[in-house]
Amino acid sequence: MDFPEEYKYTEDHEWVLVEEDVATIGITDFAQDQLGDIVFVELPEVGDTLEVGASFGVVESVKAVSDVYAPISGEVVEVNEALPDDPETLNNSPYEEGWMIKVKVADLSVVNELMDVAAYQEFTEKD
Amino acid sequence: MNTTSRGLVLDEDLLFEKSQPGRIGYSIAELDVPQVFPEGHFTRGEIADFPELSEVDVVRHYTRLSTWNYGVDSGFYPLGSCTMKYNPKVNEVAARFPGFSDIHPQTPEALNQGALKLMYCLQRDLEEVSGFPAMTLQPAAGAQGEFAGMLMIHAWHEANGQKRNKVIIPDTAHGTNPASAALCGYEVITVASDGVLSKEAVAAVMDDDVAALMVTNPNTLGLFEADIREICELVHERGGLVYADGANLNALMGISRPGDLGIDVMHFNLHKTFSTPHGGGGPGSGPVGVAEKLRPYLPVPVVVKDGDDYKLDYNLPDSIGRLKSFYGHFAILVRAYSYILSMGGEGLRRATELAVLNANYIRARLEGSYDLPNKQRSLHEVVFSEDALENDCHTLDVAKRLIDYGYHPPTIYFPLVVHGSLMIEPTETESKQAVDEFCDALLAIAEEAKVTPELLKQAPVRSKVKRLDEATAARKPKLRWGQD
Repeated sequence: MDFPEEYKYTEDHEWVLVEEDVATIGITDFAQDQLGDIVFVELPEVGDTLEVGASFGVVESVKAVSDVYAPISGEVVEVNEALPDDPETLNNSPYEEGWMIKVKVADLSVVNELMDVAAYQEFTEKD
Repeated sequence: MNTTSRGLVLDEDLLFEKSQPGRIGYSIAELDVPQVFPEGHFTRGEIADFPELSEVDVVRHYTRLSTWNYGVDSGFYPLGSCTMKYNPKVNEVAARFPGFSDIHPQTPEALNQGALKLMYCLQRDLEEVSGFPAMTLQPAAGAQGEFAGMLMIHAWHEANGQKRNKVIIPDTAHGTNPASAALCGYEVITVASDGVLSKEAVAAVMDDDVAALMVTNPNTLGLFEADIREICELVHERGGLVYADGANLNALMGISRPGDLGIDVMHFNLHKTFSTPHGGGGPGSGPVGVAEKLRPYLPVPVVVKDGDDYKLDYNLPDSIGRLKSFYGHFAILVRAYSYILSMGGEGLRRATELAVLNANYIRARLEGSYDLPNKQRSLHEVVFSEDALENDCHTLDVAKRLIDYGYHPPTIYFPLVVHGSLMIEPTETESKQAVDEFCDALLAIAEEAKVTPELLKQAPVRSKVKRLDEATAARKPKLRWGQD
């Protein structure tokens, strides 16, 4: 299973990549593997405000429907418009083409509280 | 092996494909009056490619399709959480009595006394089973029962001048619970449970904004919420109410009464616990029982007894209103009442005991071969995980392989708190022999996973259609037939 070094991770299996004050958010390789074939994705709209810990989207697989939770607070500045039409991208490329949203981060210090790759790897082995 | 599909599996084309130009299934007399064409907006255009068939073509088509069906009348149906118990045929006899089947819902009350009496008596019996003093039979099924319950909870808070916007739901609740709460505008607060819900976990999120706790008891792991009484007290102390999902009443009926445990509202699923048709054969029925304080908010009309007469009472000024045309699914109520009368109080209790015994017997026979994440004694259903399966075999593969062994698969991948859930609910219907044959099949499949995992990966091979591509079906659904 693949977990990029420069990403940050949550206990709900989202990843975050911060570049300047914009965070790109998606779900991890572990999450897509556990969910199985993803068949439906619901994303927020540009301009929506996210609150840390609140659900911002939905991912549905052949097994289950899952909420996706905001790892950080901020305003949605871009969503991956192609994703709802090709939900399998989340299975095939969770960290690149499968990104879900970009958020202008309200408080960058929160990012440091998220897990790094080593901590997340350990977490997935326990989970 | 209990094979379903050796030998004669009928093939059948679509009606559209069987169509022959000019073939008809009727003959009507020649037109002997002047022909009149209605104005344009009263007619519709030609129906393209409408199938042209004879009566026997159509009868054979549907009869042949019916042989592909699988129901509780054809075999064991261990679909966890769904209580697919056998529906005794005496229920059908009762529902077909002309006094029930031929009445019109607009018939004056004076001429409908038998039907009203049946509804009244069913209410009293459900009250006795559940411990609630008041009841509505109206909701069309469980989800509408939940909706009714949440509306009554909202009405009660509103009458007390309270604005509460949150509902607490444990992670072991039925999936419809958060949906019902959200539909009524509540924010859902999910509480993690460790098999069963703890008082501490509820206390940690219980505040003055919480309208209710929604709990399924026994929960979706088949475990009894042992602290339910203390949890109800805690919620009540902070001004909240407790909703119980009664879908798993088949584990309590005749033994424990939710109304006595401090619960304020509960829906029944007559199509589960009380042996009325289920799934495609429904419709369902979701009566709701309430504590005394919620009686004023029941949907109208309610069936009441006035002297020797039975009446529909519309005079509930605080009612949440009408939920369903006429009085709910009346013919289903007849079937449920028939079941209660034919079982009797002792029989209902015995059904519960046997349902719990069957589930625990399955648990005992399989726990050496399938991973059992929650070791507590289960009630009417048992949930295994996929963690003991070898050679990268998964729950889905086990479910598909069971079809080759002649069984409808159990519920899979629910509840979500178990990794790769395999949720088995045998109900009291099955004999020890039937349960043993099913366990033998699951044990054989666990062995196949070790030795010949390809048998699981390729399954089902004996069914009418083989392994379906569920992902493509969901991603690119074809919802109607077309020439191309």
